[in-house]
Amino acid sequence: MEKFIAHTGTALPLRRSNVDTDQIIPAVYLKKVTRNGYEDGLFSAWRKDPEFVLNKPEYKSATILIAGMDFGTGSSREHAVWALQNYGFAVIISSRFADIFRGNSLKAGLLTVILPQEVIEGLWAAVETTPTLEITVSLADRTVSYDGNTVGFDLDDYTRWRLMEGLDDIGLTLKQSDAIADFESRRSSLKPATLPVR
Amino acid sequence: MAKTLAEKIWQEHVVRSAQGEPDLIYIDLHLIHEVTSAQAFDGLRVAGRKVRAPQLTIATEDHNTPTQNIDKPIADPVSKLQIDTLRQNCAEFGIRIHSLGDIDQGIVHVVGPQLGLTQPGMTIVCGDSHTSTHGAFGALAFGIGTSQVEHVLATQALPLDRPKTMAINVEGTLPQGVTSKDIILAIIAQIGTGGGQGYVIEYRGSAIRDLSMEARMTVCNMSIEAGARAGLIAPDQTTFDYIRGRSHAPEDWDAAVAYWSTLQSDADAKFDVEITIDADILAPFVTWGTNPAQGLPLSEKVPDPKNIEDLEERESAERALEYMSLKPGTPLKKIAVDTVFLGSCTNGRIEDLRSAAAILAGKTIAPNLRMLVVPGSARVRLQAEAEGLDQIFMADGAEWRNAGCSMCLGMNPDQLAPGERAASTSNRNFEGRQGKGGRTHLVSPLVAAATAIRGTLSSPADL
Repeated sequence: MEKFIAHTGTALPLRRSNVDTDQIIPAVYLKKVTRNGYEDGLFSAWRKDPEFVLNKPEYKSATILIAGMDFGTGSSREHAVWALQNYGFAVIISSRFADIFRGNSLKAGLLTVILPQEVIEGLWAAVETTPTLEITVSLADRTVSYDGNTVGFDLDDYTRWRLMEGLDDIGLTLKQSDAIADFESRRSSLKPATLPVR
Repeated sequence: MAKTLAEKIWQEHVVRSAQGEPDLIYIDLHLIHEVTSAQAFDGLRVAGRKVRAPQLTIATEDHNTPTQNIDKPIADPVSKLQIDTLRQNCAEFGIRIHSLGDIDQGIVHVVGPQLGLTQPGMTIVCGDSHTSTHGAFGALAFGIGTSQVEHVLATQALPLDRPKTMAINVEGTLPQGVTSKDIILAIIAQIGTGGGQGYVIEYRGSAIRDLSMEARMTVCNMSIEAGARAGLIAPDQTTFDYIRGRSHAPEDWDAAVAYWSTLQSDADAKFDVEITIDADILAPFVTWGTNPAQGLPLSEKVPDPKNIEDLEERESAERALEYMSLKPGTPLKKIAVDTVFLGSCTNGRIEDLRSAAAILAGKTIAPNLRMLVVPGSARVRLQAEAEGLDQIFMADGAEWRNAGCSMCLGMNPDQLAPGERAASTSNRNFEGRQGKGGRTHLVSPLVAAATAIRGTLSSPADL
């Protein structure tokens, strides 16, 4: 995974709450067996509407998505994260994310930033006034800066460290193989196994 | 210190705990299916990693499979490739799989409990958000993404942040015609789609204790629709009776029951949040909008967004009514549907089919209405056929299908056409969830059956 230290780009204001993963990428796009090629599925139903914000030329090169509350509810499909990344987004900002979506995003290197709703409102207004407004999201400083403003956000130290180092999460757990083997040796024999088939 | 059930199960599965890091949690059972696993197996191959515990892993085919002509090759080549990929991956890594046509094939969350693999006190994960279903057995069960699927395949463990705990006490007795689906729809309407965010919900109280195992699964299944990490119910005699005799039930039964009986929240355990719901006043529930919290008792009217104070909720309601093509003030019972879908991991088990068949017996479904009845697993299908339920459904004019996720999500051939409206026993009423442009009202199996007969959203009391 690539290291994430900071990202600077323009933003797309998505003034909708409860954006579920079926909107981010409908199930019909989930048939592929790869991790890429999902950009066409991103918000595909909404993109049929020429007025939809993603279709507006002033936001074409946006890399930061600023969404309403409860972004990413619903299905556990990591394809939602891949679709956003494949399209070109590096950061998603919302006042609240669904748990599984947030977990998936931080595993896959898509930074999800939680800011208070009033800050989001301010960002929306600023971006709508000036679509070329540059926003810098610094993971190192845990801040979002734009137009002379800087606001802080929370992210636990461990996740921040992992993203900044670009570490393979599985590799980190594999370093604990002895602890896992020790746990397995103490595990209750009452627990079921799928094999042999009974 | 007094502990909640969720905290006890968590504690029992900590492989490693270190200051400032997530706990490393051991996973007892990993369920996989075709849609969220292919990229995980690819990741293993690229890194040269093995599956650590194939004997704790099981696969079924459900999301992308057709429910008709299952003896013929899958027509859509992209779907076929995904199914074939799962089969190849399971063969390569030595994982048990129940493919289309196998007697143990079905929706992953119906199959696990049915085989007796879902047991109290376990940690269970699957690349599917409705993994919360298994919490009905007093297991800590939650959905994960594909990166985590790969992680569990490689290590049989996951680094996880400890969740907060919420108790929802449902006290009293459900009125006639009110089901566990109505309980959970009412809970979601009350706490919202983000109300459970960060929490494991433990459902408690006399109305929960009175539920059958299958009805409990319906409640836990939709915990994710309230945003919760997981939902669970402490095991009791109902749980033990359900597991007993199943193929993977413990051989040392008495020891297992003795252990399972310890899996209760301590009397003085403190939950981070506690909510109480009065079961006596619950009614058949139906959603009117495009998220599962936009629901009301069936006797109500379509709400007027003007009366919603919160700006974001008001805008969300306005957009939902536009998508759903509904006018404020319309009685919900006046809403006519084109399709009724009975099935899914929420309501595709044998009791769901029995309760709907009991309403439909001797009746016919409304003209021009399509009803799909899709059992949750091949064994549910066989059981229903042994009881003659298929004959009741078909005599009424309904279609009797093979097992799978079917019309719950617009992925396989069973979909709504643009503008079509469904009463559906599934779990999500998102825009386009059941097919592009389709409109979904979430209901219980009883409401689904009554709606099929009348053609408008109805409860059995309206017949």
